[in-house]
Amino acid sequence: MKLLRLAPENTKFPFMRFRRVSYPFSAFLSLIAVALFVFKGMNFGIDFAGGTVIELRAKNGSAEVGVLRGLGEGLKLGDIEVQGFGNPADATLRFGLQPGGDVAQQAAVERVREKVGNDYELRRVEVVGPRVSNELVQSGTLGVVLSILAVLGYLWFRFEWQFAVGAVIATMHDLLLTVGFFSITQLEFNTTSIAAILTIVGYSLNETVVVLDRIRENMRKYKKLGTAQMIDMSINAVLPRTIMTATTVMLALIALVAFGGQVIRSFSLAMIWGIFVATYSSIFICSPMLIYLGLRNEEGDKAAASHEVASKDSQTRDGQSGLESAEKEPPTTSAPAKKKSAQSRKPRQA
Amino acid sequence: MLRFSTWKFIAIVAMTLAAILVVAPSMMTPAHYEALKERLPAWLTPPTIVLGLDLQGGSHVMLEVDKADILTTQVKNLREDVRRILREEKVAITGGIGATPRGVQLRVADAADRERILPKLRLLRNGFSARAGGGDSPLDVEETPDGLIRLTVTDAGLVEKTRRAVDQSIEVIRRRVDALGTREPSIQREGDDRIIVQVPGLQDPEQLKTILGQTAKLEFRLVAEAGQNPADSEELEQQDGTGKLPIEKQVMVQGEDLTDAQPGFDQQRGGEPVVNFRFNIRGAQRFGEVTSKNVDRLFAIVLDNKVISAPRILTPITGGSGQISGRFTVEEANNLSILLRAGALPAKLNIVEERTVGPGLGQDSIDAGKRAAYVGAGLVVVYMLITYGVFGVFANLALFVHIAFIFAGLVLLGSTLTLPGIAGIVLTIGMAVDSNVLIYERIREENHAGRTILASLDAGFKRAFATIVDSNVTMFVAAAILYFLGTGPVRGFAVSLALGILTTIITAYTMTQMMIAIWYHYARPTRLPI
Repeated sequence: MKLLRLAPENTKFPFMRFRRVSYPFSAFLSLIAVALFVFKGMNFGIDFAGGTVIELRAKNGSAEVGVLRGLGEGLKLGDIEVQGFGNPADATLRFGLQPGGDVAQQAAVERVREKVGNDYELRRVEVVGPRVSNELVQSGTLGVVLSILAVLGYLWFRFEWQFAVGAVIATMHDLLLTVGFFSITQLEFNTTSIAAILTIVGYSLNETVVVLDRIRENMRKYKKLGTAQMIDMSINAVLPRTIMTATTVMLALIALVAFGGQVIRSFSLAMIWGIFVATYSSIFICSPMLIYLGLRNEEGDKAAASHEVASKDSQTRDGQSGLESAEKEPPTTSAPAKKKSAQSRKPRQA
Repeated sequence: MLRFSTWKFIAIVAMTLAAILVVAPSMMTPAHYEALKERLPAWLTPPTIVLGLDLQGGSHVMLEVDKADILTTQVKNLREDVRRILREEKVAITGGIGATPRGVQLRVADAADRERILPKLRLLRNGFSARAGGGDSPLDVEETPDGLIRLTVTDAGLVEKTRRAVDQSIEVIRRRVDALGTREPSIQREGDDRIIVQVPGLQDPEQLKTILGQTAKLEFRLVAEAGQNPADSEELEQQDGTGKLPIEKQVMVQGEDLTDAQPGFDQQRGGEPVVNFRFNIRGAQRFGEVTSKNVDRLFAIVLDNKVISAPRILTPITGGSGQISGRFTVEEANNLSILLRAGALPAKLNIVEERTVGPGLGQDSIDAGKRAAYVGAGLVVVYMLITYGVFGVFANLALFVHIAFIFAGLVLLGSTLTLPGIAGIVLTIGMAVDSNVLIYERIREENHAGRTILASLDAGFKRAFATIVDSNVTMFVAAAILYFLGTGPVRGFAVSLALGILTTIITAYTMTQMMIAIWYHYARPTRLPI
């Protein structure tokens, strides 16, 4: 039986070389994400902004969005957002916190119910008061921060510290880009989105750990390879698995987006984006970070370093060229490259 | 690799069967389940999966004790107490009892008088705290040299009162919600000043809010007549909106003296809905006394400081029962009788969060979740099959058991399945095969590196194990934190995710290993089929 292979076999992509592109690129994207967050902001759902959401179904089969929109004016609810979705009979009303504290929120719902209760079935009513929403913001933020710290701790315990830091930087990168995603798409950001973010954090770490695990293994096995070369080799080795897993999870998520219904759609969309970003960052952000943080494949780098003394001027002229030439080396341990001179130097610079 | 111990095999098969057995009742149609339940003895009633409010419909309401209301009541009581002490000790004060933001103050000019009443005033703190002496003082008594005494309710005192109010409120709310006749309501305290009420499967969520939102303090008070001291009465709003009535401040009979209240109809008024009530002995006596002495006066029935009605006392009522009429609808009369039976709340409760899902939407969400799960699982199964062939079959079998384990875990833990929970399960379907993928890819790699099939299989499983553990632990940490910080549906997601991660190790690793070992034993392959 001929089996499907999505990932090519025995790849030898020089991933480490891309870090000079991927770092500025990611930095740029992260900056955009921050800028979006600051200037465009998030479409905070009522969990965090407070307010009311009412999901209506018209008893006569067609929701009159225009009429519903008019409610905001008529009932003095302030800005009211009306959205139709899927079924023409369904519509969602959303309005912000009413002045006058918790009691006023309930009174507002009551006014809506009196007005539309005869023509519409109120399928879902959610009211979050001002204090509760503040607490949800706090616990959400705390959750994200705590989980990153906890994972940092675990990775520190299981791997070298560079791995932990690399993984956390990659995770933060994913986090920022996910926030940017929520901002640019204006998908509603609520407690379920926090769940999505934490799951993305989990997935991103999962990806990172798989790559790091192989790097650690290869570090022991191929002591004489240069660091960058060894990392490239490791990433290439796990590449089929990375692609395979990302595709499978993506299939599950596509099913959620298509059939899971309105409530979890924003969760699923964010997850899809998160899978992309997490896969990218485990390869292009976390792994090169090891080099920047001074992780060294002792003997391989020493072999290179011994040569370094001899070609000192070439190194001062161009601090980075050595790395690239190292990547061009075949992964044989017997012939330390002549031009690998700057390799061990590089981490210290970074 | 080949020598897969028999006990391990038995353990895995037994666990799988047990999981299927645990899950089976939840998968049955309600009719089949009921039939099964009847055949089994009562102690063997099979548990089924608990659906979250977002799936079965229902209301989640978070109530918060109104601290301002508690403070007002406290200050009011304090003022009464101080007045009583002054009267008992016959102490004269200058300028009356003044108000402060959180208490009262009074000026006692005579030093000897001050010495006499101060210990008595200090004793008032005992009325605040159940745990006398412990912790911060609930009541501050300050004295200035010029004879001013200031009594202030402290934060500690307010917190203590709030807690007690929450405890009492929970009891009252339980009685009220039980009266609605719903199944399995959950009423829990949350923190110092909040109560979470969760009632599944409500057809009319509005009624729940109506009966939760009222203090239901019922008082019988006389309507003030012309010529009475205005300080002894207050103007209260009438329920029907026809303006205010002057009502005496003195409460003649209180709602707590009621033993029963039932909705009914008054035949004399053309079948108008009313509430019939019955007093206990003390209430009946008091009611008899008051009505005897005040024939021809208006007797107001006051609920939460609103006058429901103020009928004229025609004859003394000594039977201990009566009727409240206030142009009610049938529903209002019903609600009021529930409230009166359950008793008044000790303080005002505000709704600070409400999440209500109607039964129709719940069913739609279940359907959507099911559809997504079937399609997601189907896609993954096919994908594994076309990528890994016979090994894909093993992975899919493991995946099936994995899902059975998750559901069995949910049933056994009694944790609720929410819509985000379903999303979590669909997600773990994707994640679970990750372990299989890790192993299979490793096996291929080892095989390509020139190892024999058996050695590749062995190395593949061995090497992939550390990676599987590491990656799952990190994911589990995220799920655990989500569980502890999340609320409601998000918690459901965390539980599904965490269960999924735990069961992955058993199914995707051990089970697959077993299946491949057996396969190898019988198939004796000459080349790796992946």
